[in-house]
Amino acid sequence: MIEFPVLSLMTFLPLLGALFIMTVRGDGEEAARNVRHVALYTSLFTLALAVYTVGRFDETEAGFQFVEYYEWIPSIGVAWHMGIDGISLLFVLLAALLTPVCIVASWESIRVRVHEFMAAFLILETLVIGTFCALDSVLFYVFFEGSLIPMFLIIGIWGGPRRIYASYKFFLYTFLGSVFMLIALIVLFLEKGTTSIPELLDDPVGRDLQMWLWLAFLASFAVKLPMSPVHTWLPDAHVEAPTAGSVFLAGILLKIGGYGFLRFSLPMFPEASQHFMPLVFTLSVFAIIYTSLVALVQKDMKKLIAYSSVAHMGFVTLGIFSASVEGVQGAIFQMLSHGLISGALFLCVGVLYDRLHTRELGAYGGIVNNMPRYATLFMIFMLGSVALPGTSGFVGEFLTLLGAFEVSTLFGTLGATGVILGAAYMLVLYRRVVFGPVTNPEAAKMRDVNDRELVVLVPMALLVLVLGIFPGLVMHRIAPSVELLVSRYEAGIHQSGQDAVAPEVSNAR
Amino acid sequence: MQGEFEFSAWVPALPEIFLALASMALLVAGAFIGNKGTRVVCYAALWSIAVTALILIGRDWGRSLVPGGMFVMDSFAGLTKLMILAGLFAVVAMSIRYLHQEQINRFEFPVLVMFAGLGMMLMVSANDMLSLYVALELQSLALYVLAAFHRDTAYSAEAGIKYFVLGAISSGMLLFGISLIYGFAGSTNFDMIAHRLEDMEAIRLPILVGLVFVLVGLAFKISAVPFHMWTPDVYQGAPTAVTTLFALVPKVAAMALLIRVLFGPFAAMAPDWGQIVTLLAVASMIVGAFAALGQENIKRLMAFSSISHMGYALIGVIVADEGGVGSVMLYLLIYMVMTAGVFAVILSMRRDNLAVESIGDLAGLARTRPFVAFAMAALLFSMAGVPPLAGFFGKFFIFVEAVDAGYYVLAVLGVLTSVVAAYYYLRIVKVMFFDESAEPFDPNKSLSGRAVLFVAALFVLTFIAWPQPVISIAYDASKALFIQ
Repeated sequence: MIEFPVLSLMTFLPLLGALFIMTVRGDGEEAARNVRHVALYTSLFTLALAVYTVGRFDETEAGFQFVEYYEWIPSIGVAWHMGIDGISLLFVLLAALLTPVCIVASWESIRVRVHEFMAAFLILETLVIGTFCALDSVLFYVFFEGSLIPMFLIIGIWGGPRRIYASYKFFLYTFLGSVFMLIALIVLFLEKGTTSIPELLDDPVGRDLQMWLWLAFLASFAVKLPMSPVHTWLPDAHVEAPTAGSVFLAGILLKIGGYGFLRFSLPMFPEASQHFMPLVFTLSVFAIIYTSLVALVQKDMKKLIAYSSVAHMGFVTLGIFSASVEGVQGAIFQMLSHGLISGALFLCVGVLYDRLHTRELGAYGGIVNNMPRYATLFMIFMLGSVALPGTSGFVGEFLTLLGAFEVSTLFGTLGATGVILGAAYMLVLYRRVVFGPVTNPEAAKMRDVNDRELVVLVPMALLVLVLGIFPGLVMHRIAPSVELLVSRYEAGIHQSGQDAVAPEVSNAR
Repeated sequence: MQGEFEFSAWVPALPEIFLALASMALLVAGAFIGNKGTRVVCYAALWSIAVTALILIGRDWGRSLVPGGMFVMDSFAGLTKLMILAGLFAVVAMSIRYLHQEQINRFEFPVLVMFAGLGMMLMVSANDMLSLYVALELQSLALYVLAAFHRDTAYSAEAGIKYFVLGAISSGMLLFGISLIYGFAGSTNFDMIAHRLEDMEAIRLPILVGLVFVLVGLAFKISAVPFHMWTPDVYQGAPTAVTTLFALVPKVAAMALLIRVLFGPFAAMAPDWGQIVTLLAVASMIVGAFAALGQENIKRLMAFSSISHMGYALIGVIVADEGGVGSVMLYLLIYMVMTAGVFAVILSMRRDNLAVESIGDLAGLARTRPFVAFAMAALLFSMAGVPPLAGFFGKFFIFVEAVDAGYYVLAVLGVLTSVVAAYYYLRIVKVMFFDESAEPFDPNKSLSGRAVLFVAALFVLTFIAWPQPVISIAYDASKALFIQ
């Protein structure tokens, strides 16, 4: 079998599509339609490549697969180095899956500057897939940071009334966080003499340096994920972004933060991770409880879901820094499931917004009468967000809480209250929008979901259910890599413990 | 030095000799043809610059001195001169139409640009305090006149006067510093000063006093804070074609001169001057970032932007080793390309045949001129240092060198100010892409302007694909300074 560079291909295919779109001239409806089709087919082809990769992926292998290595900046040893393991595999698939969803979702709602919108989205996909595949820290940073540009434009050009404020806030917040990571990456590079992530993983740096580097990475990933108290950009960005932008933001971009913790913080700085675990747990639990309470009083649907995202990401950090196999698996599962569910919830809000042009909870009510299909789909995603057993949301929250309980009963218990609060705000949302008296005659006249919306929402609903019933589909793919990750972490802890007691042992002998 | 004149000994200075002769010839020719021949003189100037560059490329870039030791040619000078010539070429090419539009098409313009360029080329090859001073004055005098070139407008005249008065003060300081150094070292020759400093510890302190004055003079030329006061006013007041020149070329030449002085005669005093340069770098980064936030005039904004860029480049100087200088050269190279592209856009900002300069005038450019807006956005994001654009790599290498030498605080300060600076670059992008369209600009008929913009945008966008050659060129050139 001839190895072909499937990861590079998957990364650059959307970029090619974007370049092609930029050459399509004309402003008319005809040109816009062509552009939409080009974008859709490009993203579908990327999805096919992603599915192919998942199929060819060796589930028993814990290390990196499909590795590509080309010289890039040989004078400092930075290389075009790509590869995926069980941790990144499914994020790539998620990104490839959500891009066509976003493109279909903006089929009719984006009417101005369709060229730029589709091109920006495809470039965003390139950068995000690149982020997940990169095995070189500089390359990772380039992709990671580069994704700010298209998202900035998407929020700023096609966003709501406060889009300019939201886009600035998004860009500057994330930029500020990630420049610290840049310095940390440089320090790591100079310390170890390599930028290759597999090599950096093999051999952790000294304890004191770990602390600083860990904090620098935290600055970046905590903003991206986001963790409280640096989450405040997220509600603004979500509310102002167009539907597709919100879907991609919640579905993929937030996950880069969690992925970063798994790729860098936990395995490269095990001692620092252990040292700062109480901090992360406190912030996570704070995020879960505080943002859930905030979500409870929101009147804007998008804002409510945005705050719920922060709360759900709190579970992710709980799981990751419990540093147990269950916790980390749960965190990955939670991220994938949240990518689907919150993405779908934003789509659901988008469906209503397209019809009534408001996101106010109070403007709706009793729409179950005229939109039964919508009510059913919305219910599945709502229950997934509540983490009802049988939906994918349950598996992730359960496992991350399990991981948290293994470490600390207190934090586990506090985290578990988030599940209850989550049920509270989601059920309130659902009841006020879907059930209840019909308060707005306009809302009572809305059409039910059309075929285009169904094509997007039904597969996502099925995925939520399938993953909830057969979590093994995900688990057995990620298990070897997660076990390797956790064993690396424990070896790192163990190593330092041994260094500390080593003299005594030798004396005893 | 006595004896017969031997031409072959002067060959290292051949590009400068040619440029000097060509400039004088064009001056005479221009005087005869008059202003109606401006265009012809401009084209002749372009040819002269191109031929000079060819002569330069054809030469061996190994270290060589001319008789008297006042002029040194090495690969560091070679690369810098090539950058200077490329900048001059772009400026002259882009200003032909501008001079005509602004009705200042006098033939002196290209001639003065050539004289300024000659001064700059001599600067980067200076190997003696006297040749340094003469070269610096040659370029400064030409630039004073150029700043006031649009003499009928008060702004331009003000820019010229301001630049001249402040420039004269800085020259005075420079000369005072040189005289102190001469007094204690007993020589103005760089190599001799270096020897004396190594031999005699006692003269270091008094020489440091002289060096401070020299540094003040040079800091003025690269507009490092706190000697930057002239920059915003001159950038804003001078005709845009001249501002383009100011932003592109003298900065690079002065920075190269600064490096040559610090790493040549005063290499042994690196810890001493390092403190001074640190102050300049930190102040430039901070003032450049914060002062630009409130600017409405795009030329003024670019002035502060250039101040902050010089701050970053100075970090590489502080590092004081081969890698540090290499990163400065790389930074300057990328800076030149980005700035050339941005000024190509600023030159094309005209409405009803009048130049407009406020940021608000760019409103809705993405609608009226999608490709220009796209290119400009790429250049601005690159200036902000956002990957995957070229500007990121410039900053990246600076920070790598800074961290490598242990200057963590500088690196952190650098990234923090780059976040602040990102705000004002974003603001221009916001105006172009998010705001409602203003009246469209006049069609840009300047072929050279469009070509420069295209090349610059292509460079920042595709730099990532194959960065190694450019990086190697910059790093290799800087090795010349460290051969003993």
